[in-house]
Amino acid sequence: MSQAMPAPTGQVFRTKDLTKVYVTGDIQVQALRGVNFEAAAGEFVVLLGPSGSGKSTFLNIIGGLDRATSGEVWFTDHELSSFDDRALTLYRRDHVGFVFQFYNLVPSLTARENVALVTEIAQNPMRPEEALAIVGLQERMDHFPAQLSGGEQQRVAIARAIAKRPQVLLCDEPTGALDSKTGVLVLEALTQVNEQFGATTLIITHNVAIQDIAHRVVHFGDGRIVSSNIIADRKPASAISW
Amino acid sequence: MMNALHRKLLRDLVRLWPQALAIAFVLAAGAATLILGIGAYESLSETRAAYYERNRFADVFDDLTRAPKIVEDEIARIPGVASVETRIAKIALLDLPNVAEPASAMFVSIPDLHEQKLNLLYMRSGRLPLPGDEHEVVVSEPFAKANHFIIGSTFKAILNGRERTLRVVGTALSPEFIYSLGPYGLIPDDRRYGIVWMREKALAAAYDLTGAFSSVHVKLTRSASEAEVIERLDAILSRYGGLGAHGRRDQTSHAFLDAELSQLKAMSRILPPVFLLVAAFLVNMTLSRLILLEREHIGLLKALGYSGVAVGWHYLEFALAIAVVGILIGMAAGTWLGFGMTRLYAEFYHFPFLVFQTDPAIYVIAAGVTLAAAAVGAMRAVRDVVVLPPAVAMSPPAPAIYRRLLPEAFYAVLSIPQSLTMMVRHLMRWPLRTVSSVLGIALAVSVLVGSLWAFGSTEFMIDVTYNRSERQQATISFVRERPLSAYFDALSLPGVMAAEPYRSVPVRIYFGPFERRVSITGKPADANLSRVLGPGLKPVRLPESGIALSDALAKILHAKVGDLVEVELLERNRRRVQLPVTGIIEGYLGLNAYMALSALNGMMREGQIISGVHLLFDTDRQDALYRRLKTTPMANFIALQRATLQNFRQTLQENLLVMVSVYVTLGMIIAFGVVYNFARISLSEQGRELASLRVLGFHKSEVSAILLGELAILTIVAQPLGWAIGHFFAWAMVQGFDSELYRVPLVVERSVYAWASLIVFGSALISGLIVRRRIDRLDLIEVLKTRE
Ligand SMILES: Nc1ncnc2c1ncn2[C@@H]1O[C@H](COP(=O)(O)OP(=O)(O)OP(=O)(O)O)[C@@H](O)[C@H]1O
Ligand SMILES: [Mg+2]
Repeated sequence: MSQAMPAPTGQVFRTKDLTKVYVTGDIQVQALRGVNFEAAAGEFVVLLGPSGSGKSTFLNIIGGLDRATSGEVWFTDHELSSFDDRALTLYRRDHVGFVFQFYNLVPSLTARENVALVTEIAQNPMRPEEALAIVGLQERMDHFPAQLSGGEQQRVAIARAIAKRPQVLLCDEPTGALDSKTGVLVLEALTQVNEQFGATTLIITHNVAIQDIAHRVVHFGDGRIVSSNIIADRKPASAISW
Repeated sequence: MMNALHRKLLRDLVRLWPQALAIAFVLAAGAATLILGIGAYESLSETRAAYYERNRFADVFDDLTRAPKIVEDEIARIPGVASVETRIAKIALLDLPNVAEPASAMFVSIPDLHEQKLNLLYMRSGRLPLPGDEHEVVVSEPFAKANHFIIGSTFKAILNGRERTLRVVGTALSPEFIYSLGPYGLIPDDRRYGIVWMREKALAAAYDLTGAFSSVHVKLTRSASEAEVIERLDAILSRYGGLGAHGRRDQTSHAFLDAELSQLKAMSRILPPVFLLVAAFLVNMTLSRLILLEREHIGLLKALGYSGVAVGWHYLEFALAIAVVGILIGMAAGTWLGFGMTRLYAEFYHFPFLVFQTDPAIYVIAAGVTLAAAAVGAMRAVRDVVVLPPAVAMSPPAPAIYRRLLPEAFYAVLSIPQSLTMMVRHLMRWPLRTVSSVLGIALAVSVLVGSLWAFGSTEFMIDVTYNRSERQQATISFVRERPLSAYFDALSLPGVMAAEPYRSVPVRIYFGPFERRVSITGKPADANLSRVLGPGLKPVRLPESGIALSDALAKILHAKVGDLVEVELLERNRRRVQLPVTGIIEGYLGLNAYMALSALNGMMREGQIISGVHLLFDTDRQDALYRRLKTTPMANFIALQRATLQNFRQTLQENLLVMVSVYVTLGMIIAFGVVYNFARISLSEQGRELASLRVLGFHKSEVSAILLGELAILTIVAQPLGWAIGHFFAWAMVQGFDSELYRVPLVVERSVYAWASLIVFGSALISGLIVRRRIDRLDLIEVLKTRE
């Protein structure tokens, strides 16, 4: 995975009959029951679905954080499902930007340093200051996470995710802990990055209103994709609220 | 409801068992060293006391030329004297069947007609010689064992110039010769030196002392003043060539045992506090973290109506429970090691029996001190629990405030990796914990430095003594003084390449209120074999006039160069002579005084008289030399410095090895305990961050490097401090080891520091790797689902 990827044309992700079974003691939980999914380069996809339908499990598998029980996962022309731990780590490092509900910033590092943490190990990163400017935080770069509001922390997390110029941006309920106004700021940052850098962006949310900013919305239900619809009337993030 | 809290306590202990056990081990080390040190010390001093008591070891001793038996009554009438035993004691050469080298024995008489009154023999086998029998002897048991003597074995001795065959009829031990050391010896050489007891009549006949005695031992009444008795005894015996009465302090065997006992005592003072201090730090660290994690429980308990004190007690109990485990381990280990150590000593000294003193008080003290250390460690954390208001406790703790150490510009310029920044900020966030961990690791280093130095130091002592100062291969000491011609006789012995005469004169030296009984050694001013060392341990010429004192003796007398000391000649009618101190001599063994041979003879108003010669010989011809020396009538003792050195070194190193391995184990326990606890606490604080880094694409190795890096920083910072404290421990031990018989030089070689650090790094690494396994297994997904 270390060599440069071919220019992102066509499909970035493709999964085939993806299943995931969690085994805890005697109990088996079938989290995914055969997911077939494709995402094109630069596509902005919103994933919706009831709690427990397997959205996070799916995102974690295509993000290289977890392994499928069966089925195939392809990232461009690489089969992630055959990667070992080390290769998955390199895949995350070089190609994936993550944003999570609970920010997961390092409390002992300032905003700038949190971004630098990633740029130090990435192959072709932007400067931390640049990434923070994109999310509108150039004024607060030297604050520690504890000195920032929730929305600001989430924007630092986005800056950290985009600073490596990732090919894919995976966000699991990025606005889940935020109010409407702050949430919109975060979504604006995400759409802007998607447009500017062409990163394939997948966002999990429970907030149906958010689907309007996507190219496509995918509905999960009981470990399967139940529907996949193109959004005809796409809106900018600033136009939505909840 | 109290039961529920106890169940929680038990669950906490089970959950945190590795940390709890690590702390318990450090506490155990404290309790164990306390029990071991004090236990071994008390056992040995009790054993010695019991031995002395049962076998009636004398209090005052004197050797003399010859006094008629009748004088015994006069001595018995001295106020304060409980009983007197007069006897004959002479050193003589032996010709042993299976020993190539010349050997010697101290021949001591036992009364023919009545039982011994003092220094009773402890018979180990056989019987006493028949009264009046000239050939039957009892020999000291170690000597018999070393030479494989059994009842009925025979060997030859040269008594007063005449060879005689002696037959072993019994073996025995005596409180007088627990540490049986020949002249010029340092470590008992049981093969070449022993004690031989003969009936008085037979020994007297051999030495032309019939109806007379050459040695007297006195037992005092409880209320007697030793000094007064010595004075009276001296007055009586001066007429008979008394060499100056002395108490137990100057009795060789007793003095060596004393030195050993005070060493034991010194060690038992240094170690336990170190362990208890470290354990207190560990308890504090661990409990503080536990309490932080359980703030909500604490709030809940208080909201439920538990008093602050009750909840505080619950956490104190956690610390005390660990202490109890530590105490149990420590008591078992301390008792076991104490038994082992006492047995080791007892074997070395050949005690006939062993009083292993399991004074319950030691255990009570050890338990009390250990509990106290745990309680002190828990104090701060528990106090926080007691005062924490429930409402505050229920809300999450305020987020940790991190601070930048340097202005932002520095970070940019220095391009410090963020991972290093994380480590340093995390360490600075809890300065108290960091400092106490550094101190804990430093103490581990210091325990190692404080024990490992002993090897190099003894080597240095050996080097100075035998390579710079006493360079002869052998020393012949004559039966009695001889004219200088004996020196030329020695030169003509087979294989002898060089010889050097010496004279030894027993004296008492007085300076102001201070007084010491020593021997003045006279040497040729340009001595080349047995040299004296001056400042910087460089060989110096003895001044032609005046007296040179060893620095240890000078210290005791409070004398310095230029002072006039008074010398009482014990062998020559107690004449007193004033002498200027003209030099101070360096060295590690004994209290010594030196004079130029000619000056010494001049002071004695005698011609060219010598007491013996030092020899250098061709080892290819040593067999011939030994054969001649074995039966030479002129000598009664022949020291073989080179041959003994190996024995000396081996015994010393073996004894040290036992001690040092105990210390190294203890040092490793501390290092492991401190690093492991720190790592676990650190991981519990940073696990979430570290998992996040893995999500961001950091490799396992990169993530563990952050935590291990913190440990490395702590360990590295602790080294210089540990070296310094260790050097101080070594210094303190040197003070504790200091005795009139020998001193230990404070030489801490660089390799000692290196080894100490290496061992500590090793144990730190092991605990780091154990924690690393946990980092590798961090659950990446779990941390994404939960808020901190
Ligand atoms: N580590 C795990 N062990 C066992 N079961 C798990 C684990 N993680 C998820 N599951 C189960 O797998 C199923 C899918 O979980 P997943 O987290 O993917 O759902 P989700 O769609 O993200 O739900 P939500 O919207 O609540 O976040 C659920 O039934 C869940 O309980
Ligand atoms: Mg989810």
